[in-house]
Amino acid sequence: MLKTLLAVGVAASAIAASAALADDNTVTIGMILPMTGPSASTGKQEQAGAQLYIHEHGDTVAGKKIQLIVKDDTGAPDVTKRLAEELIGNDKAKVLIGFGLTPLALAVAPIATEAKVPEIVSAAGTAMITEKSPFIVRTSFTLPQAAEPMARWCLKNNIRKVATLVTDYGPGVDAEKWFSEPFVKGGGTVVEKIRVPLKNPDFAPFLQRVSDDKPDAVFVFVPSGFGAAFMKEFVDRGLDKSGIKLIGTGDVTDDDLLPSMGDAAIGAVTTHHYSAAHDSPENKAFVADFEKANNGMRPNFMAVGAYDGMALIYHALEATKGSTDGQALIDAMKGAKWTSPRGPVEIDPATRDIIQNIYVRKVEKVNGQLYNVEFDKIEAVKDPFKAAGN
Amino acid sequence: MSAIAAPDRVAAHLNRGGRWRPFEIAFWLAIVALIFALPSRALLINEILLAGLFALSLDLVLGYAGIVSLGQAAFFGTGAYAAGIIATLGVAEPLIGLVLASVIAGLLGLITAPLLLRGSDLTRLMVTLGVALLLGELANRNEWITGGADGLSLAAKPVLGLFPIDFTGQRNASLYSLAVLFALFVAARRLVQSPFGLSVRALKENPLRANALGVSAARRLIAIYGIAAAYAGASGALVAQTTGLVSLDVFDFHRSADVMLMLIIGGPGYLYGGLIGAAFFIALKDGVASATPEYWEFWIGLPLVVLVLVGRERIGGFIARWARRAALLAMRGAA
Repeated sequence: MLKTLLAVGVAASAIAASAALADDNTVTIGMILPMTGPSASTGKQEQAGAQLYIHEHGDTVAGKKIQLIVKDDTGAPDVTKRLAEELIGNDKAKVLIGFGLTPLALAVAPIATEAKVPEIVSAAGTAMITEKSPFIVRTSFTLPQAAEPMARWCLKNNIRKVATLVTDYGPGVDAEKWFSEPFVKGGGTVVEKIRVPLKNPDFAPFLQRVSDDKPDAVFVFVPSGFGAAFMKEFVDRGLDKSGIKLIGTGDVTDDDLLPSMGDAAIGAVTTHHYSAAHDSPENKAFVADFEKANNGMRPNFMAVGAYDGMALIYHALEATKGSTDGQALIDAMKGAKWTSPRGPVEIDPATRDIIQNIYVRKVEKVNGQLYNVEFDKIEAVKDPFKAAGN
Repeated sequence: MSAIAAPDRVAAHLNRGGRWRPFEIAFWLAIVALIFALPSRALLINEILLAGLFALSLDLVLGYAGIVSLGQAAFFGTGAYAAGIIATLGVAEPLIGLVLASVIAGLLGLITAPLLLRGSDLTRLMVTLGVALLLGELANRNEWITGGADGLSLAAKPVLGLFPIDFTGQRNASLYSLAVLFALFVAARRLVQSPFGLSVRALKENPLRANALGVSAARRLIAIYGIAAAYAGASGALVAQTTGLVSLDVFDFHRSADVMLMLIIGGPGYLYGGLIGAAFFIALKDGVASATPEYWEFWIGLPLVVLVLVGRERIGGFIARWARRAALLAMRGAA
């Protein structure tokens, strides 16, 4: 009897101890990210991005003190959902931010709607997320937004035969669809569409198929953090010397992993919304501060998504003069415009999705390090998924 | 002692295990008290209760029947998806969904159980793991019904049409889970003390001898595996109903591995083991992960390694012994 009661007591005190309190003059922002597991790199970048913004701009906005609480959902949606409910219910969080993968963002949508708390998606990229709640705003990007310009670039540069290789889940399917459809419509041929499993992907057999097809280029989407494994197989199969061009959305040459990918990545052309090599004073300051604060870690598009998410929250709080009413915050976020490290951005008032430039970049060596160097851009791209009336 | 009295003595011995001891009553009352005392942590308590139910299922398989399984998530996930799909098909009452989901998971257990009859522990590990992987991929492929990687959202209606268990009724959700857990626990308690339960335990202790006594191994193992599968299915269904969503990770390896950890922490072959292990594991994880969201795995791993090295013993026994030693020292200090 004694031992059981003791065990219950230990559990109870551990539960009670983890409840937190917040006072009136503090605005609590709940950040939910996968900090452990296969998407841990997303969590690390996002957290660092958000903290850098607070560090640079001070932790007081419109007379309110900003408190950021970071929680690890391990990439499991039921945990994301519980953490969201607890952050709103116990910690009185007024805004939620983060959400590393599409199912994690979707899990919180009904809570955001019911509790009228803005949910800022600063990572996940499946197009339809923002339609699941009127309280969802996105500061990352959508896969159609990044994939469609690639199709246009291929057609313009006489790449006619392409094989696609994407990870088999929401964003991958989005990327495949929004690259192939405009590409085929413009006269291109997709010789093969390959989908690789999300978990424990072994790219070797898939790349062998690509190599046998001999297309002009292979279009690739893999989630942030998986690019290095892909690149290794790409080299091992000899595709880097086969004349098949590597193209894709910027996820595959993610800035976080690019320095460790080796020279095989040189020449890969990708379309994306952010590169650490983006040439602007805002970005130079951002990259320098970020590297200084994080032991030389290079920021990637996830870090920028979170940095801009915080920028948007600050903007909204200033507009509402510190009021944390959910509807007022969302209204203030709609149509917000600012200059991000990635370039000019705007929140589309109609869809609550981000409007931004998409850059065409090529991997090159700059000062001995690999970077995605931008050489062309398409300005103010809206999410084509929603523009198509979906 | 005469030969006639022997069966009576055996019966008396067996019945003693069936009696409710005061600490058991205190244990369940304590949970009810916790739910009411800590309304803000209702969701965490709910998670603990459901993990406890899942651990109870593994305990029947591992602790009582001695089948080493690394794929209990197969039935957990089946229950979760079954409950989710039933709810989206328009069956509003969660209790009906719960029963159907656990029956479906139980049937799946009965179908896959014959795979476990041959081979050693290692084979069983592989087979159970394989079944969970297969089902996970099936759920991934059949997007039209499971929602694929985006998951499946369901709006669970109030239980019995009265008690909402969604965002507005967090306490109801944990009470609902507790009621189901308690009912299934009582059933499991009866089961392991029944002649059937005893013969399953005999099979675990000494299969050769049990066979020689005329205990048929195959049928018993299939039956207990099916029952445990239904338990896992019930826990999956409750997770789906109380969180309102199902996603592919219900079939994940980490689910099977975590539940085995919980059971080993709490002590297998002891019905309360899974519940205590679940409470310890999840409360510790939540506490540590709030303090250090980046490195909590280290601080979870450390006590686990210590626990296993110090003695492969139930956490309850460990704490009690430690408390006794502390009390002894205090007495000595006072003297």
